[in-house]
Amino acid sequence: MTTTRRDFLTAAVTAAGAAVTPDLARVQEHDHDHDHQAVPSDPALRVKALESLLVEKGLVDRSALDALIDTYEHKVGPRNGARVVARAWTDPAYKQRLLTNSDAAIAELGYGGLQGEHMVVVENTPKIHNLVVCTLCSCYPWPVLGLPPVWYKSAAYRSRAVIDPRGVLHEFGLELGDDVEVRIWDSTAELRYLVLPERPAGTEKMSEQELAALVTRDSMVGVGKVTTETEKVRA
Amino acid sequence: MNGVHDLGGMQDMGPVQAEKNEPVFHEPWQGRAFAFTRAMGAWGKWNLDAVRFQREQIAPVDYFRMSYYERWVVALVELMLKNRMVTHAELESGKPGPGSAKLTPPLTAEKAQILAAKGVPASRDVAVAARFHAGERVRARNINPVGHTRLVRYARGKIGTIHMDHGVFLFPDTNALFLGEKPQHVYSVRFTARELWGEQAAPQDSVYIDMWDDYLEEA
Repeated sequence: MTTTRRDFLTAAVTAAGAAVTPDLARVQEHDHDHDHQAVPSDPALRVKALESLLVEKGLVDRSALDALIDTYEHKVGPRNGARVVARAWTDPAYKQRLLTNSDAAIAELGYGGLQGEHMVVVENTPKIHNLVVCTLCSCYPWPVLGLPPVWYKSAAYRSRAVIDPRGVLHEFGLELGDDVEVRIWDSTAELRYLVLPERPAGTEKMSEQELAALVTRDSMVGVGKVTTETEKVRA
Repeated sequence: MNGVHDLGGMQDMGPVQAEKNEPVFHEPWQGRAFAFTRAMGAWGKWNLDAVRFQREQIAPVDYFRMSYYERWVVALVELMLKNRMVTHAELESGKPGPGSAKLTPPLTAEKAQILAAKGVPASRDVAVAARFHAGERVRARNINPVGHTRLVRYARGKIGTIHMDHGVFLFPDTNALFLGEKPQHVYSVRFTARELWGEQAAPQDSVYIDMWDDYLEEA
């Protein structure tokens, strides 16, 4: 049986020694007319209390938590994938390795690990557009794209990417013609997918580094294209 | 389990709302929840499939009401309770119970970085015969297990083509319940959008779904 949210709220409020009684906390959870400014949001309280308990029991080491957060906030993210894409655009032999033995090719640039143990790279062409989703949870290639954005984990995206991919792409500002085949990759197993987007026209003289700066996270999930007018890269 | 987490094909979830320049974590507690969930996994008391199954068991109304990392926390607490790593009393008081010995966490900062960099492969280097081969027609079985499964509802009973064989992997349906890894082949199976959704789908589109051998039958 799932422990209810209220149990946690009560526990967290008590444990955090916050200046609210559990009764008040209950009232606030069910009556949103109350001013929420006075107390931290309940997940924040719960999580703080839980972390303290786990540390005190010796179940987790705070420095390990800090290291994990630092890794995914500062070291692992879509800039890694952008480097992979730019290398594939400028080095045909690398591209071949990337498409046929993705793990090893990505490891050549120093990337790999958690949630990227088994990579598959799929190539966009003028006639094929690839789109990646995880309808069951939130599977995403962390080593090359970092942690997934909220929209990728949302019910809206997870539900409709498979049944209405063109409608979803339209919401991202991408219109595909009837001459384009859409391939959706539902990450139901431990394979993690990276889209190799098309290299935009007019970039022939750009360096690998300049190309990498154009590549967006969205283009590597398949909800965007790379253009030379790409606004400052997201996330 | 035919739960609400199995979202593929639902239509009433609203538009996709993307946020520009989204931070990795919107609030610090999300980062803490992410990190201690990962760190607790290092005790080896459960596996990723068991974690997924635990999250799937969150009541539907709560599943949609909760934010992503709230689900993580709720599932983690359930797993810790089941494994007697924390007690209800401790959760309520926020303090270790009387007589509970202070443990030494298995995940240190150094090991956390190694974990992130090395990962936890789900492939298994064992010789298992592949029942299917690229190009063959297959049918996704029409099964409705009450435990954990990664066989999406929207593909059950549908006919597809083996696109490629990914090799041998542990089987989530048994692994989630600690009934063994049952290593078997995982295939990328191509289903035409029309096979899945009928005439309203574009005739040239398709969905590629990764499927374990046990999910498939000859067609």
